[in-house]
Amino acid sequence: MPDLNRKIKYSEAVGEAISQCMEKDPAVFIIGEGVTDPKGTFGTTLGLRKKFGKERVMDMPVAENAVTGIIIGAAIAGMRPIMTHQRMDFMLYSMDPIVNTAAKWKFIFGDRPVPIVIRAMIGRGWGQGAQHSQNLQALFAHVPGLKVVMPATAYDAKGLLVSSIEDDGPVIFLEHRWLHSMVDYVPKKLYRVPLGKCRKVRTGTDLTIVSHSYMTVEAVKAAAILEKEGISAEIVDLRTIKPIDWPAINRSVNKTGKLLVLDSAWKTAGIAAEIIASVVENKGTKIKKFPQRITFPDMPAPTTRALTKFFYPGVREIVGKAAELAGAGGEKKKRLLSRIKTEIFCDVPDNSFTGPF
Amino acid sequence: MNNRERLNLYFQALRIRKIEEAIAAHYPEREMRCPVHLSIGQEASAVAVCENLKLSDYVFSNHRCHAHYLAKGGSLNAMMAEIYGKASGCSHGFGGSMHLTGTAAGFMGAVPIVAATIPLAVGAALKFKIKKENRVSVVFFGDAAVEEGIFYESANFASLHKLPVLFVCENNLYSVYTPLRERQPEREIYRLAESHNIESVQLREKDLFYLYGMMGGLVRKVRAGGGPLFVEVLTYRWLEHCGPNLDNKLGYRCEEEFLKWKKKDPLARSAELLRGAGVLDKNTAEKLNKKIDLEIEQALEFARKSPFPVKKDLSKRVYA
Repeated sequence: MPDLNRKIKYSEAVGEAISQCMEKDPAVFIIGEGVTDPKGTFGTTLGLRKKFGKERVMDMPVAENAVTGIIIGAAIAGMRPIMTHQRMDFMLYSMDPIVNTAAKWKFIFGDRPVPIVIRAMIGRGWGQGAQHSQNLQALFAHVPGLKVVMPATAYDAKGLLVSSIEDDGPVIFLEHRWLHSMVDYVPKKLYRVPLGKCRKVRTGTDLTIVSHSYMTVEAVKAAAILEKEGISAEIVDLRTIKPIDWPAINRSVNKTGKLLVLDSAWKTAGIAAEIIASVVENKGTKIKKFPQRITFPDMPAPTTRALTKFFYPGVREIVGKAAELAGAGGEKKKRLLSRIKTEIFCDVPDNSFTGPF
Repeated sequence: MNNRERLNLYFQALRIRKIEEAIAAHYPEREMRCPVHLSIGQEASAVAVCENLKLSDYVFSNHRCHAHYLAKGGSLNAMMAEIYGKASGCSHGFGGSMHLTGTAAGFMGAVPIVAATIPLAVGAALKFKIKKENRVSVVFFGDAAVEEGIFYESANFASLHKLPVLFVCENNLYSVYTPLRERQPEREIYRLAESHNIESVQLREKDLFYLYGMMGGLVRKVRAGGGPLFVEVLTYRWLEHCGPNLDNKLGYRCEEEFLKWKKKDPLARSAELLRGAGVLDKNTAEKLNKKIDLEIEQALEFARKSPFPVKKDLSKRVYA
């Protein structure tokens, strides 16, 4: 019998997936800046070096470009490497081996596996600003050959990471820093959540909210508030933004006729644009209202907390847009917004946070 | 170097240390809401290099940039306001501690992407050469920056074109919590530049006056137009990688090593030398301290009282 009370942190779930995959398959190894340090990549790699030794659990020179090429080489030679970046921003040094080599190896040479997983932390807050809190999922989703995974819960983090490690192609696995401490039911045994299948977080009839990663946390809060004024929102969590589970999105939109897409990234050429375009492009979709999106504005993240509130959308924006879509304007919308009494944290995940990370 | 100059050098380093200590003391108030990488323990090379530079020379830096910014003459008020996220900050609240800039002082900018400013300093030096300007471009970076490919590509280019750039590698033995020995083989960092035909030296901090003299020789040589030079300074950060606390209890480095470096503190040794020469009596020391304390109080006050940027400032700053 599974223990349904087994609740662990997202970060621990990530660690468990890595550990169990390493136990199962000697080809799996992990390398990254800080993987073996006392903080263990935000707690996700703690204890791995002790358990699996120096050869399979490696810190690395600060050489993202070369080390990415090196793990691709190891993968081509038969290993299943996992690489980590404590900030996605540092990963930009490795664009060339990811985009030119890993993503295209199979296309150029035929059926050759490149089983690498690149874990990168995305995030926001505490004045990390323009070069330490970017959410660059769309950049990678644009490239044919790359899978992009963005789990929202600890359960999904473990199951999706196992699937990513076992996948024969390159996977970009993005973990939002504000999710790392969130707790969820996570089975102890090794299990898989398939790539390319979304999760219906909540069933509803009035509108569909498509979301992923941290934005799903905000969407769930917003749906609870909408419910109080009788608006029933269905939330579809993408889990993987490449490939996207189109049948599930279309099913939900056909049911509700209204679509709101959330993305923790910029608006132009983003994931939300892609989803809306594909939905309205499909002539069979029973859409009743113009779809809407909530994204970051097209500008880098400011550091000062005085401006983060204008940059990061959350519950308030979701409730506002959802109410409009559901036809609840005027007084009803006002009542809904007045229900959002909790302080909206814009630069910290909660008030216990004292920085600096 | 006369005694007045020696005292000034000590004053500059002491000022930076006390500013950093003040930031550490006020950080827990949660009003400085950004990562801070404090320079305590590493002030000497910043002062020794920058005191040898002219206003028209350029300095580029990294995430641990406070000392470089201040030593080059960046405004303390603007730095403090930046850390507080205020509109009067040197980056108008859009940068925070890791993104200081002070172009009026020749401090071009600092960013936390490892090694990212190395090619920028080379590029500025390229401009100096093309325009036949007798200026020097300096870039400060850490021991991990030489692990990035971009360092080698930049060194190759700078050497090829004999550009007036001084590479200053501050080797503090750690990249976040990862020791040098887990990241680089056993060889000296300064010798890497030699393979690009760049003359290169390794310096111990000893004291400020020694370091100032050595850096002066290097800066003069670069200015004379012989091409780039590389200097590795062996140093140590006292506090945690990021934040206001000591973190030796984490176990990635030992207390013994920390104390060994602390004992070698170039500031303390410089003070000793000055006392020995009779230029830093109790009265003078008190005067210096008071002057700095007052300046810090005023900067904190300026930062706290300054207004935050407003919403319309956001869209003014993007190219497209």
